Amino acid sequence: MSTSTVLLVLGAFLASAVEMVEALTIVLGVGIVRGWRSTLIGVGAATIVLAALVAALGPALRVVPIGTLRLVVGALLLAFGLQWLRKAILRSSGYMPHRDEDAAFRRQREQAALAGHEERAGLDWYSFTVAFKGVLLEGLEVVFIVISFGSAQHRVSLAAAGAAAAVVVVVGAGVLARGPLERVPENTIKYVVGLLLTSFGCFWGAEGAGVTWPGDELSLLGVIAFLGAFSFLLVRALRRRLALAPVEAAA
Amino acid sequence: MKYVRSFALFWWNFVVGDDWRVAAGLAVALGLTSLLTHEGVNAWWLLPVAIALLLAGSLWRETRRAS
Repeated sequence: MSTSTVLLVLGAFLASAVEMVEALTIVLGVGIVRGWRSTLIGVGAATIVLAALVAALGPALRVVPIGTLRLVVGALLLAFGLQWLRKAILRSSGYMPHRDEDAAFRRQREQAALAGHEERAGLDWYSFTVAFKGVLLEGLEVVFIVISFGSAQHRVSLAAAGAAAAVVVVVGAGVLARGPLERVPENTIKYVVGLLLTSFGCFWGAEGAGVTWPGDELSLLGVIAFLGAFSFLLVRALRRRLALAPVEAAA
Repeated sequence: MKYVRSFALFWWNFVVGDDWRVAAGLAVALGLTSLLTHEGVNAWWLLPVAIALLLAGSLWRETRRAS
């Protein structure tokens, strides 16, 4: 298994894990308060939509020439990955609050308790729609990563397997914990995923634009190291800036 | 029309996100890389440098607003 294949599976696994932790919080919040039947039907419906997207788009992208595909996928991964990396740096440096799964869970439960009861097609419509939307929206990011990661290497099934393994792990941990997974270091995982998305985007985008990387696939590790070190320096610089900010304001 | 607008807005936020300048800068960097490569320059270094500059610029703007 090559370096990029290992990183591809790892990226899909971590991205899926962190998004599924957030989806789990929503599903648990609704399911515990309003019952499981409609909630789980909503989860199932969203899962079917997401699986259908991967099954339809994955093979369809095989007909696109690899150079064009890598340019487009690289550009999209860069735009998408930099959003993850940027937010992770802002959180690590203290400019943005960390996501609190426990608070999100409490909020979800309160909203679920306050919502009125409306029945449609034999389902508690609130539970169904909240679970459906929650899983679909969190899952869309995973689908995007699986398709873009997988298609650029013609290995959508491998990326999908990495993402599916994360779903099993997160759901299993959720069942064991019987609550939201608040101890998962979400920001660190998002940081790593952002770094991987941006690095893959850089590697494939440049290849799609006609570049020949020195050292071929090994350059990918060089890009990860460069962007990792640079973002680490940015976190340190921003932390220092934040620490000095009140002093500057008072002076 | 409302749904088309919402749909477009969703995808804009999904791909471009909070800072459109980063997406625009990436497009320019990719275009320049392609141009240089077609002129015979193997500009593998351009994109990593552009990413670093765009990321630093975006964070600078964001944190200046927050300070």
